[in-house]
Amino acid sequence: MRSRFQQGLDELKEKLLRMGGLAEQAIDRATEAYRTRDSKFCQMVLAGESAINDAERDIDELALDLLAMQQPMAIDLRFVLAVVKINADLERVGDQAVNIAQRVLDLISEPEVELPVDIPRMADGVSTMVQRALESFLDGKAEVAEAVLQMDGIVDRMKDEAFVMLVQKMTDNPACTRQALDVLLIARNLERIADHATNIAEDVIFWVRGADVRHGGAHYRE
Amino acid sequence: MGVGIEVRGLNAWYGKNQALQSIDMTVPANHVTAVIGPSGCGKSTFVRCLNRMHETIPEARADGSVKVGEMDVYGDGSDPVEVRRRIGMVFQKPNPFPTMSIYGNVAAGLKLNGFRNRKQMDELVERSLKLAALWEEVKDNLHKKSGASLSGGQQQRLCIARALAVEPEVLLMDEPASALDPISTSKIEELIFQLKQHYTVVIVTHNMQQAARVAELTGFFLMGSLIEYDKTEKIFTTPADKRTEDYVTGRFG
Repeated sequence: MRSRFQQGLDELKEKLLRMGGLAEQAIDRATEAYRTRDSKFCQMVLAGESAINDAERDIDELALDLLAMQQPMAIDLRFVLAVVKINADLERVGDQAVNIAQRVLDLISEPEVELPVDIPRMADGVSTMVQRALESFLDGKAEVAEAVLQMDGIVDRMKDEAFVMLVQKMTDNPACTRQALDVLLIARNLERIADHATNIAEDVIFWVRGADVRHGGAHYRE
Repeated sequence: MGVGIEVRGLNAWYGKNQALQSIDMTVPANHVTAVIGPSGCGKSTFVRCLNRMHETIPEARADGSVKVGEMDVYGDGSDPVEVRRRIGMVFQKPNPFPTMSIYGNVAAGLKLNGFRNRKQMDELVERSLKLAALWEEVKDNLHKKSGASLSGGQQQRLCIARALAVEPEVLLMDEPASALDPISTSKIEELIFQLKQHYTVVIVTHNMQQAARVAELTGFFLMGSLIEYDKTEKIFTTPADKRTEDYVTGRFG
């Protein structure tokens, strides 16, 4: 009976990692679209969204079945809860990648302008956070998840700097307001993805250690 | 009202086999405390030691200290009959007296304790059946029907009423719902939850979901030792001991 349950847990993990792969791919494609101003990559992101949504439904269904049929306890219960939450975060990562792709489509419909923001660098940082968060989930390594939490502040600062620079650019050169606004929104989308990666890392720590590290500190159940 | 239980250095043997090893446990008054663990871990022995039922088995003995409220269960001059009146017990299989009426079953303990006042006895029987959530179902047939004519779930509630009639302070339940269907089980669980207002309840169960549903505190026993004892939600979500985690996640036992 338990081996069937273990199979269910393994299947859940595998499905979530596969979904994580789709979400990572969506971020990379959206970033590539920005870098190359090639709408083909945007179309790939838009077309890939339904696969992420389907995966979300599939994972929720399997998690629900396991909760109902196997009544997991302790570390297994924390694992299933973590999967359900990570699942929602990954779906939102997919949505943010779609938002970026839409902004890039708008951006490339306008004349190209020089903007004082390094979006690819920010995207690399965000992509690394998602990768590491998924890696911590794969190996059940809370210390890898902790490293992800440290990275969130860097991305936040990059977004804040981008905001300041882009608002200044819009003030100095109103003709490029539309492009600057697109890039500002892309920076915000990336920062949101970093937040989702942070959530995933927190859920991994909860699963592995039973500690709630959301909102700072480590809260252990008394 | 219920009273707390203080167990210190409790050991129990069956002949030469030691079944419990130096158990320390504090059971708070008016709480439901669950005792879980694999077969043979000593959980039933533990509750049977609390009201000196353990020593009724040939060659079984126990030592250590068990205090129930002010009563020293194993103290000099402690009367096992009085101990068992104050610490009632409900068993796995409902065991009503088959030839007695419903009323007779509930009143049996009172009569054994020398209770003779008929009016007061009627009141106590009614009160006990109400506390056991059985009154509405049997009030018109108290004297006409035998205890054995009731359904399994009703019989178990009748046994609970019988245990409550002698006004105990603690109620021990050894897998009280394991022989019942889900509807009867849920009635018993609801009843356990209600009973803690008046009594201290200790329940032995193999069913971890049941422990999670009814108990505020849970103790995990393994090979005669109390491995972990904490709030139920802690035991089932973030147990401190690896052995507890392995048991509650079904990795052994």
